Formats: sequence, C-alpha cells, structure tokens
Amino acid sequence: MHPTDGAVQAPGTPEPFHIKDCSVVTIATGRHAQNLRELRDHLAAVDAMSIYSHFWLSRLQPRKADLEFSNDFAAWANGALHDDVLAERLSMVNPSDFADLEELRQTLLDIVEQRLDEKEMVPWARPGQRFDFLQAQVIVFDTGERVERPEQLAGAVRSFSAGSLFYHLIDAPRRRTDGLDDVRAWLAAWGLGDGPAARELAALDWQFLSIAQLRERVAAICAAHLGGERA
Amino acid sequence: MSTLETKQTTLADYAPIVGESVIRQLERLAEPFRGKRFVHVNSTRVGGGVAEILEKMVPLMRELGIDATWEVITGTPDFFQCTKSFHNALQGDPVDIPERLLREYEEVNRRNAEELKDKLADADFVLIHDPQPAPLLKFIGNRKGTWLWRCHIDASRPQRWVWRYVRQWVEAYDGSIFSLPAFTQALPHPQFVIPPSIDPLSDKNRELTAEEAASAYTRFGLDPERPLIVQVSRYDRFKDPVGVIKAYRMARRYVPGLQLVLVGGGATDDPEGEAVLAEVREAAGDDPDIHVLVLPPDSHVAINALQRAADVVLQKSTKEGFGLTVSEAMWKHKPVIGGNVGGIRLQVIDYETGFLVNSPEGAALRIRWLLQNPDRQAQIGERAREHVRENFLLTRHLREYMTAFLGVHYGNRPRVELG
Repeated sequence: MHPTDGAVQAPGTPEPFHIKDCSVVTIATGRHAQNLRELRDHLAAVDAMSIYSHFWLSRLQPRKADLEFSNDFAAWANGALHDDVLAERLSMVNPSDFADLEELRQTLLDIVEQRLDEKEMVPWARPGQRFDFLQAQVIVFDTGERVERPEQLAGAVRSFSAGSLFYHLIDAPRRRTDGLDDVRAWLAAWGLGDGPAARELAALDWQFLSIAQLRERVAAICAAHLGGERA
Repeated sequence: MSTLETKQTTLADYAPIVGESVIRQLERLAEPFRGKRFVHVNSTRVGGGVAEILEKMVPLMRELGIDATWEVITGTPDFFQCTKSFHNALQGDPVDIPERLLREYEEVNRRNAEELKDKLADADFVLIHDPQPAPLLKFIGNRKGTWLWRCHIDASRPQRWVWRYVRQWVEAYDGSIFSLPAFTQALPHPQFVIPPSIDPLSDKNRELTAEEAASAYTRFGLDPERPLIVQVSRYDRFKDPVGVIKAYRMARRYVPGLQLVLVGGGATDDPEGEAVLAEVREAAGDDPDIHVLVLPPDSHVAINALQRAADVVLQKSTKEGFGLTVSEAMWKHKPVIGGNVGGIRLQVIDYETGFLVNSPEGAALRIRWLLQNPDRQAQIGERAREHVRENFLLTRHLREYMTAFLGVHYGNRPRVELG
C-alpha cells in the first residue's frame, strides 16, 4: 500500500501546492554597533523586520559553512565581542517561539541588558568588526510549478531553490496565522497533518541547517513517509 | 563615449554550473523588465572588474528580454587623474585634489550627459557604476526611470571631504549599491548590499585544455616541478605587490625553489600604475624566480593558466573594494591567502577557503603551511570552489540587481509579491 493511499479518501481534493520562490537582496539600515551598549540601543529602536532578518538572512548570503551560532547577534557576540556567554544565550533564541516580532525584540533586549549588568566594562568590537543592522528586500513570485499529490513532494523539494525553501519552510510560520510551514499546511489539507511526515517536519531545527541540508532533510522526510521516489 | 558590442554566452550555458532552478528564477524575475530600457554606464571598456562583469551581464540581460545596453563615458587625462584621486581618497588615502581637476570632472560629465541625453533621459532603469559618471544624473535633468548608483569601492573610511563632494552627486539617486555593509554611508535613500561576481564561462575562468594550461610554464619561463605562488592584480599600492615580494622572500627560506609571479595590466582609468610597477621591479631586483608581468587587458587565457598553475594564490591587499581575483582563484580550486580587508573577508573564510593575513610575515607563514600540507591545500581548494558557486557567480549578481531595482520600483516595500 502506498503511504498516501489513505489521503485519497480525504473529502474533496486539495488545491495543488503552488511552488513560490523569492529573491532576497540585503539593505543596510544605516545603524551599526561598535559595542554592546550600542547594540542594545539599536535593538530598541531598529525596525523589527531588521531584527527578524538577522535570524535567517545569513542562510541566503555568504557565510561560514559551520552554522555554529543560530543568528547574527550570537555570531557577532562570539566573533567580535569574544563574549561566549552572551553568544550562547543569544543562540538559544528562536524566532518561531514568538507570536510577534516585538516579543522577539524584548527577549533580545533582556539578554543584552542582563549581560551589560553582569560585565564591569562594556564589551567592544575592533574597528572593521562592527555589527551592521541589515534588512531584506524580498521579491516573491509564483514559479508556475505545481505539486498535485503528496507523493510528488519529495521530488519537487529536491529541485527547490534556496528562495523556495526559505519562503515555504522558514518564513511561512511567521507569515501564516496557523503557525505552520506551507508544506505541513498542505499535508493537513490532505488529512496528513498528524502523520509522521508532518511530525518530523515540525521537529526540523532549521536554525542549524544550511540551505542544502534543509533541502535534503525535507526531501528525505517526504520520501520516507509520503513515497514517490521508490524505484 | 561608445556603445559596446559584447560576446554572447547564453543562459543555458550556465544551467549545468548553477542549476536549472537558478535560471528559471532569473527568467521569472526578469518578466517585469521585459522590453524595458536598462542602461549601464561606467568609464572604461577594458581593465578592472566592472568592465569584465558588464561584458557578460549585459548579453544575459538581453537574452532575458530586457533592452539592456552599456554606455562608456569618455574623459581627459585630468578627468581620470581626478577620479583616480577619488578612488584613493574613498579608500582612505589622504589626497589633495586641485580645484582645477574637480572642475574638469564636472565638465567632462556635463559633456557626456549632453551626448547620452537621448539614451538616459527616457531609460526605464539606469545603473551608474562608480564615481566617474556619478554627476550624469544631475546633468541629465528630467529623467523618467529608476536610477541607482553602484559603488564598487571600499568606502568604509573615506577621506571625509572627498566623500562630501561625491555625495552631492549621489544623494539624488533612487538608491545606491555597495559591496559590503561596512562600505555603506549615510545617504537619503535605500542602500543595497550586493557583492560583485565572476563569470565561470569567461576566458578568465573557464576550464582550459591541457595545452592552454601548460602554456603558462612555457610562455613565462616557469618550472612546473617547483612550487609557484601567484598574485593577479593591477599595479596599485593598495594591492601591496611589494609586500607580496617580502612574503615570498621570507617563505623561500623554508621552501627552496619557490617561484613568484606578479601579474597585472593597466586600466585606462588608472594613471598611477607605471609608478607602482617601477617600485615593484626595484623590489624584485635580479631574482630570476620573481616574474613581474605586464599583460594586455585581453590576456584572459594567460591569466587563467597562471592561476591554475599556481599552488597558492595571494591577494595581499591592504584596501580592497571586493577583489574579484580572489573568487577567480577559488573557482579554480585554489586556496587564497588574502589581506584581511574589505570584500576579501567575504570570500576568504579563514581556515576554510583560505587564510586572512595582516602582514607579509602572515602571508609567508601561510605560504609555508599550505605548501607543507598538500592534503589540506586540496581540501581548502574544494571548499573554496563551492563557496564561489553558491555566492559569487554572475547569475546571483544579476538576480540581486533585478531584485534591488524591483524593490525601488515598487516603492521600497520590504516584501513585494509579483503578480
């Protein structure tokens, strides 16, 4: 029996999965921090979208192959401020845990202010290692490609661009009101929202995966539980 | 001023290198630009990274259905002396620019604006490269399209008075583009961050035949049995060619038979090259294993062969806008020892795709280490190639240009959904 045979009995046939893609370009906000106090001040004032961007923008930009730290704030605390305690605390912040970006901002501010209280001197970065607050310009477009059935997902995901992976898997939970990524939401429409594929997708920790790793993991999960790539 | 004829490479040629999805993405993004007039303007047709990028990018834009052209302004020796001084000053070098040269700069731009008026005033999208043609926007007057200014220079710590002068021409643009966040300046419009790129299919980067690759040894008198280090860049003090010679001399004590090739050419907008070349020749002295080469701007295959012949490639700049030669070498699986400055830091990830150094001593140390560890040399070279494939190829560059223009065109909203 095919893993998705049961889905055929779901009432009505869900809409095909519309594969979207996006192109991202970085915009400098003009704000930059040379020390931790300046970082705090800019965190309090910068556009919340800039804060959010620093959790995923580096996935789509040149960066080290090892994803040691999960966001740009943590990486800067480690690499420029040489404050490993702060880097570790910042690394554990996951934007998916927050209902809105202001809560995310407040959590970061709490961590930074606590660290400022703990330190006798304000940690500072050498010239050339300042933190630049960036933002993203995102252009979203429909690729025109469709996935008709769940068993086609694995093959489709393997050809997803970095922009498609970002849009459907990383960005979607913040964009959607149900907090799901687009793939899980589509599986739910097929009556597979509580199935093993959806559960494993929900457990994926994208913050520590490169785009290539994310693509491979998602395709493997889909292939294992939804089929479609059997010889 | 002249309109350039450019060689054709098709989008399909890039698919095996970057993947089909990247090509489809470009085609979809280009739809809003179809049939629109898109003009690039710079100041030199040959020499330097900007001309190399435009030579390849413009035909690709045309293939995507965009009515793209590339215009080159003409200038006088005083004009180029002035813009070279801008270049140095924006990179932080103290310079004194006489008022006479500034007036010549403005006059040359006024003349070029007059000649280009018909092409630029009605263009839908205009991308002005670097300070040389920056005043065109003001001299053109009534313009219809979206204009962005592209700064290819490391302007992170400019001489302030020079930046204030250049800024007056730049601030009226709809946006500007810098290669790194650290290069951006206070400006009253969006500042995009877009690194430049290399073309994997150009003569400078394509795979070579065995005969072409071997030509580096015979043509330049190199010994294929002995280790070779190479730096490719124009003769410019910021590229620190004399520092490279110092590093070579220190490393050679530990690596007998080491050979060094310094290869550069001249760009038509760089009047300082001759003086720096003389300094380099003096530093090289009569060492038969230091090869100071001056090649014409079309020596792409020769440079390609030299980079492939190298065991290690250096780019020991002390200031660098981006340093495309770094990505060129990395694309050829070479570990690069780069100066810890500017755009080199984006390409060379320390210990992963090469080494970042801060002195001739640091460069010598890494030369010794790499030549003693051929397995790690090969591993770093492989990572270097993949890093370039992901981040520094022409297709990514073109996609980001289109994204930036669309962002401005649609009112600078952070997220735009194309219909």
